[in-house]
Amino acid sequence: MNSPAPIVEIRDLRYAINGRPVFDGLDVDIAPGRVTAIMGPSGTGKTTLLRLITGQLRAYSGRLIVAGQDMSTLRRAGLYALRRRMGMLFQNGALLTDLNVFENVAFPLREHTNLPERLIRQLVLTKLQAVGLRGAADLMPAELSGGMGRRVALARAIVMDPEILIYDEPFVGLDPISLGVILRLIRRLNDVLGLTSIVVSHDVHEISSVADAVYLLSGGKVAAHGAPRDLQASTSLVVRQFIGGLPDGPVPFHFPAADYFGELLARGEDR
Amino acid sequence: MALGDVSRFLLRLIVATPRVLLRFESIVRQVFNSGALSLVIIMLSGLFVGMVLGLQGFQLLQRFGSEEALGVAAAIGLVKELSPVITALLFAGRAGTALASEIGLMRATDQLSAMEMMAVDPIERVVVPRFLGGVIAMPLLAAIFSVIGVYGAQLVGVQIMHVDSGSFWSQMRAGVDFRDVTEGLVKSAIFGVACSLIAVYQGYYAVPTAEGVGRATTRTVVSSAVMVLFLDYLLTSAFL
Repeated sequence: MNSPAPIVEIRDLRYAINGRPVFDGLDVDIAPGRVTAIMGPSGTGKTTLLRLITGQLRAYSGRLIVAGQDMSTLRRAGLYALRRRMGMLFQNGALLTDLNVFENVAFPLREHTNLPERLIRQLVLTKLQAVGLRGAADLMPAELSGGMGRRVALARAIVMDPEILIYDEPFVGLDPISLGVILRLIRRLNDVLGLTSIVVSHDVHEISSVADAVYLLSGGKVAAHGAPRDLQASTSLVVRQFIGGLPDGPVPFHFPAADYFGELLARGEDR
Repeated sequence: MALGDVSRFLLRLIVATPRVLLRFESIVRQVFNSGALSLVIIMLSGLFVGMVLGLQGFQLLQRFGSEEALGVAAAIGLVKELSPVITALLFAGRAGTALASEIGLMRATDQLSAMEMMAVDPIERVVVPRFLGGVIAMPLLAAIFSVIGVYGAQLVGVQIMHVDSGSFWSQMRAGVDFRDVTEGLVKSAIFGVACSLIAVYQGYYAVPTAEGVGRATTRTVVSSAVMVLFLDYLLTSAFL
């Protein structure tokens, strides 16, 4: 049986920031209906990849197809139409601070639909119930904990029933209970709503427990990919260093610098 | 802050304005934020500037025995010059910095990116209403500044220095014509565009860090002050 066509297809993608290559021939396929984790050490361009997939950045060269749309040729109207089919959970939630929880979740509905108020209310309460925060509908974002804020942002991200849900570092700064809640929500929402989930994270063990597929990025390319258990069994040095949390290896501990002793012995005024 | 970039930004605001006008309540809310919340500082400043004008004007006019002209001197000074300029400077310090830091913080906390991701244009939803709110609020604030200022001058001139009340008001009525009021209104409208544009531009393009937002706020005040004084010279020359 043929596997379904990828909902996100990346081929030979190249991108640089201030002349420093971030991606140098990246190839990634994200299958529909699955939870795909993008992992890698800090600075490998995981968030940049999300921004490229969502059209916030444009690749220098290569092929990037999202839900059948070629991102290199997509104009603003097309991009906005595509984004209505996506939801994104930002690292810090990015709730609109002048609106309460209910209005934050209702925001996309009010902007893009002419639904009657009663229906908007039902939809918002349904989504808030799904993330366990129906009782917090009247709170302002400043009154929420980090985990609650992220769950509200998740409710907002799914309120338009997107096809693709993107999570940017959803576990950063969360206590174990909130982390467990978000983990279960990622899996449950993906399965119940029939979404495609893309999760950027470097929390290896947490994300491995819910992901169907993992891409490990390093040096601007895919260092390894496959099911989480395949990566656990991998003998690749990069994979071993990342999964084992080793301080030195293919990803060096030291940022590139001049000779250590030479710099120590140099006279102070040389700096 | 390159002039070309600011002009292009202004063009984006103008293009988005018709769609924003359909949601008029968002503009009204921003007129309240920029205008009503600046009211106390504008009224207090107007009162003190008017009182100082009354005092200085009286001293000067008394030398020529024409202290009855205090009303017209104070009114013309306020309406044509002091109200538009001082209101704009106070607006830049009160509302301009609030606009720049609010939009800058929205940028720093990914709120603007979140809107983009929800297929909502932040220029339309956030920037234009705040820009128009400032543009509408400025002439209204300048008018209030003038009125309070005139009363401040009257308070000192008539109540304390005992200038004849009838002369104070009648000379003002006779000496201030529509052209003077127009000049003041045109100036404050143009200052409103300049100050609001600088504030929203600095906020929108703020580097998304605490330092970046702080710098955007400082630049808003400095750029607005210089621009207002520069434009004031140009406009005064044009109205001569």
